[in-house]
Amino acid sequence: MSFAFWSAADTVRRVAAGEVTAAQIVETMLERIAAIDGQLGAYLAVDAIGARAAAADIDRRRAAGQPIGPLAGVTLALKDVLVTRGVATTAGSKILQGWIPPYDACVVERLRAADAIVVGKVNCDEFAMGSSTENSAYQPTKNPWNPARVPGGSSGGSSAAVAAGLCAASLGTDTGGSIRQPAAFCGVVGLKPTYGRVSRWGVVAFASSLDQVGPVTRTVADAALVLQAIAGFDPRDSTSLDQPVPALADALTGDVAGLRIGLPQEYFQAMDDDVRAAIARTASALVERGAEIVDLSLPHTELALPAYYLIAPAEASSNLARFDGVRYGQRAAAGDLTEMYARTRGAGFGPEVKRRIMLGTYALRSGYYDAYYKKAQQVRTLIKRDFDKAFRYCDVILTPTTPTPAFAFGAKATPYDMYLADVFTLSCNLAGLPGISVPCGLSGDGLPIGAQLLGKPLDEATLLRAAQVVEAAVGLGDRRPPIGGAA
Amino acid sequence: MPALTRKEVEDIALLARLHLESDELERMQGELAAILDHFQTLAAVDTADVPAMTHAVPMDLRLRADVSEPSLPAETALAAAPRRSGDLIVVPSSIAPPGKSGTGTEP
Repeated sequence: MSFAFWSAADTVRRVAAGEVTAAQIVETMLERIAAIDGQLGAYLAVDAIGARAAAADIDRRRAAGQPIGPLAGVTLALKDVLVTRGVATTAGSKILQGWIPPYDACVVERLRAADAIVVGKVNCDEFAMGSSTENSAYQPTKNPWNPARVPGGSSGGSSAAVAAGLCAASLGTDTGGSIRQPAAFCGVVGLKPTYGRVSRWGVVAFASSLDQVGPVTRTVADAALVLQAIAGFDPRDSTSLDQPVPALADALTGDVAGLRIGLPQEYFQAMDDDVRAAIARTASALVERGAEIVDLSLPHTELALPAYYLIAPAEASSNLARFDGVRYGQRAAAGDLTEMYARTRGAGFGPEVKRRIMLGTYALRSGYYDAYYKKAQQVRTLIKRDFDKAFRYCDVILTPTTPTPAFAFGAKATPYDMYLADVFTLSCNLAGLPGISVPCGLSGDGLPIGAQLLGKPLDEATLLRAAQVVEAAVGLGDRRPPIGGAA
Repeated sequence: MPALTRKEVEDIALLARLHLESDELERMQGELAAILDHFQTLAAVDTADVPAMTHAVPMDLRLRADVSEPSLPAETALAAAPRRSGDLIVVPSSIAPPGKSGTGTEP
């Protein structure tokens, strides 16, 4: 029996019904990782002992007639910026090499409490800074649809592992598109919740006003299932929203009749022809099922990229000050304390992280703050106002997730070229909105294309409802990537 | 905006407590200048009456009660320190020892 491509929802049902044990699922998954991940490079660490123990505990309780959780038997891979008790957590950086955290992030606690089985930690761009996972200090991760292409980033390991059936679901983080862009590149579903919906406690911080944790899954229903388990108030995160989380599975009605879908003209300028055609088919499919299309404008869209690449590095330069070689991680030899800080950081951080720390320090320094950081935060208000106005006329906004399908390794010649890969995703973070990428077809050369839906704050339910209709109408169905998915 | 000088790049690296080798400084000078050039579009935007955003979603920052709560045991918290002595983390001196004009040395 192959469990590899069962949905999380299916897995939970079958484990609860006794059709399969959690132990069987874990053994199959560990075998697959051992057999297939050498071609992909998705995993940085596999926690076989922890996964087997969690599975045995679920099977024991089920056999004894005791309750099991809503994710019982679901194998989960965690992006390596999520702090995990007893399992190496590197954030894709050499500076944290060898660090074994003494606690679990809030989302990890909640997943374990729901009986999800953590099978390991997956690769990402260093400190989640990047759009291709090429910035990982450890290894490249290949796209399972074409190993010459990147899986996207920064949650590239999450998307590649889910697409190739090396876990049932994964958690990523999204600061400017880092869940949605790799999900689009790998043909899976990626959801960034509303800012504040999911606790950031125990997430290695990149840009605190933008970071959110969210699910990467093979189906929209699974995204709802995993989000349900991790969402909700956590007093340990000062920006966690104390708002009720609705029953998300109930939102998946398959009905979009009367739903108003906004198409912002600014997102339909420069893009690949296959992407343009796929989004047009997606819009048509929604209209055929009763949705209305509303043409609209988000006039400050072109300012999102420069605003984001000032705000995110500024916050990163502050957040990453903690990596100084004192309390954990690597330490470089030096004669005095200041030199120790500088040498530890110089040796431990990779080129993109250094670039962003420098950029952020530049933007925040005395005399430049008003011209850069404050200006960018004012522009951010303008971008938010654009969305507030747009959502008076529509319920969700439809755009491409990315301008092109997955690009080749080394294809982006300059740092700024790489930043442009996020051009359609980062406004959502600046405005704090929920966003989802759902597969909407393959390009002419067989690479997945993602449709992005953006919703009103806290309205993940409508987003998921619309996304599931897109999935049913123009999704990939049973098509699997050549790596991992071959029969 | 004036072009970024080598001295400015060195100053920023010092502020960031980031040791950069000579070739890194040179590369960084060109890369940062190119990136900052793209940010010029922001300068042209009229933001005279626009407040800076502090939170994307309306929220009141909370303060927790000023009482002690359970936390990591000292041994657990100290376990990952690169160098320690008992319950203390050891770092190189930050103050020049008496009689020396330079900076301190690692004990």
